[in-house]
Amino acid sequence: MEVAGPAAVLVAVSVLAGGAARAWPAGSVAAGGVLVVAVVLDGLLGRRVRAWGYAERAEDLIVRRGVMFRRVSVVPYGRMQFVDVTAGPLERMLGLSTVQLHTAAAASDARIPGLPAEEARRLRDQLAALGESRAAGL
Amino acid sequence: MSPLVRAGPAVAVIVVAVALSGAHQNRTAELIRLGIIGFFVLAGFVSWAVTRWRLAEGALQIETGLLRRQSLRFPFPQIQAVDIVRPGLARLFGLAELRVRMASGSRSTGRLAYMSLPYAEAVRGRLLDLSTRSGPNVVGAPAPAAYLPTYAVDPGRLVASILLSGPALILYAIVAGLAVTAASAPSATGGVVAALATTMIALGTAAWARFNGEFGLSIAVAPDGLHVQSGLVQRSAESIPWGRIQALRTVQPLLWRPFGWVRVEADVAGRNVSGRRNRAARQAGRALIPVGSRVEAQWLLDQIMPDRPGDPSRPPARAGWKAPLRYRHLSYAGNERYVVTTSGRLRLVTDQVPLSKIQSIRWTAGPLQRRLRLASVHFDTAGRSVYAVARDRDAGEASRLLAELPARCRQARADDRRVNGP
Repeated sequence: MEVAGPAAVLVAVSVLAGGAARAWPAGSVAAGGVLVVAVVLDGLLGRRVRAWGYAERAEDLIVRRGVMFRRVSVVPYGRMQFVDVTAGPLERMLGLSTVQLHTAAAASDARIPGLPAEEARRLRDQLAALGESRAAGL
Repeated sequence: MSPLVRAGPAVAVIVVAVALSGAHQNRTAELIRLGIIGFFVLAGFVSWAVTRWRLAEGALQIETGLLRRQSLRFPFPQIQAVDIVRPGLARLFGLAELRVRMASGSRSTGRLAYMSLPYAEAVRGRLLDLSTRSGPNVVGAPAPAAYLPTYAVDPGRLVASILLSGPALILYAIVAGLAVTAASAPSATGGVVAALATTMIALGTAAWARFNGEFGLSIAVAPDGLHVQSGLVQRSAESIPWGRIQALRTVQPLLWRPFGWVRVEADVAGRNVSGRRNRAARQAGRALIPVGSRVEAQWLLDQIMPDRPGDPSRPPARAGWKAPLRYRHLSYAGNERYVVTTSGRLRLVTDQVPLSKIQSIRWTAGPLQRRLRLASVHFDTAGRSVYAVARDRDAGEASRLLAELPARCRQARADDRRVNGP
């Protein structure tokens, strides 16, 4: 599972806390709570991650996301102003990057998080090339 | 003259301060004040003396700065609009400032201050000519043959419309509340007034800003674009080339309905948003008709966006469960060139967006919408205040829109280019 990492950390913490619980009974309750939260979080995050998807079509990029509030954005390549590739410290540790497409409209929302760095680079170059060839003014 | 006008407000403040404290003064204080005035005038003079501009190499180039040289380039094709602004003091001297607006943020405004009014107008004409010749042109409107009849806002109606607007109503409510407090508990009045003073001042300022900004507004439809003049103390003359208008919004507040008044706003990319103006004024968008009759609004819309789609379709009745207040105002209509959506809880807001100006399309569905098999489709434009949303459509229809519209937008963009050249 994609988000098993943080969850595994939480579980490890809860097991350690459980070990300490023999000396202090309230601790085992806390450990159980942490475990339940971890499992629920893992399920929710997993759903959110799986809901995230994108497709490169001939003329536009489609980005889908959201579980409760579902969103699908269609951004024509010609409308792209620039492409952003960012990677925070945690993302870098896991070899991931976020690709974001910017158009002249502030409301445009085409962000693709958690791409493997290699794929992010490919996507960026691809989008930049397509944007160049289909550029339309404002 | 420019240095004097630029330093004007600062000098005026100091002169007033001197006048106020004039009773007891000594030599040194006097000298310090004179020095400050001199400094501002000198600073104004230096900034004027080191500024050079020219029209060359396909761009307006401005070089400025004494210690930190700054060189700005404003390529003609990217110019969104050219304004002539005349602050109160500059008007006394017959001077004007030229502002060139580009597509991006607030720093992207080129300012040429100050030049004589006829000269400023000549430069503006030249800039507009260069920008329309080298940029994308019309949204759809064939350039009208000559200057068409002008619309001018009626001052009395403007005052009445502001008195009937939302901020004014809040102000009345506060005043009424104060009156009640004064009558029932006179001792508490002082505290309540103090607590509400800032709100009242803010509301009053907003109302004044609107009056000051939209007084005497008039529109001329010219071959190169729309010419909008407005302002009471500070007169401004904006020229918006055809095809730079990203979207139009028609607003009809609840209280205006008995009088049949409507407001028409245009959204232009890179609209100059000065920091001094309050949030409400920024969100209001550029008023083309601050308050006018339906006939006037219709006329202007036809000038800017002819062949708009007719017979809007309502969302399914079950959308009323999700948006009970909005439901009666919701509609969507589209053809090969425009989408027109309506919305609004109390006021009726109609958004007109040319397909060729749509930047991206978003389909959204929240939990409640999914339960009711509804979805919204958003049309994002480069403008700042107008956003068209086809709200709470049937899920199947929304998916169809999302599937069809990208191709239709592409076609509209291609048509625009064919008609107007690249």
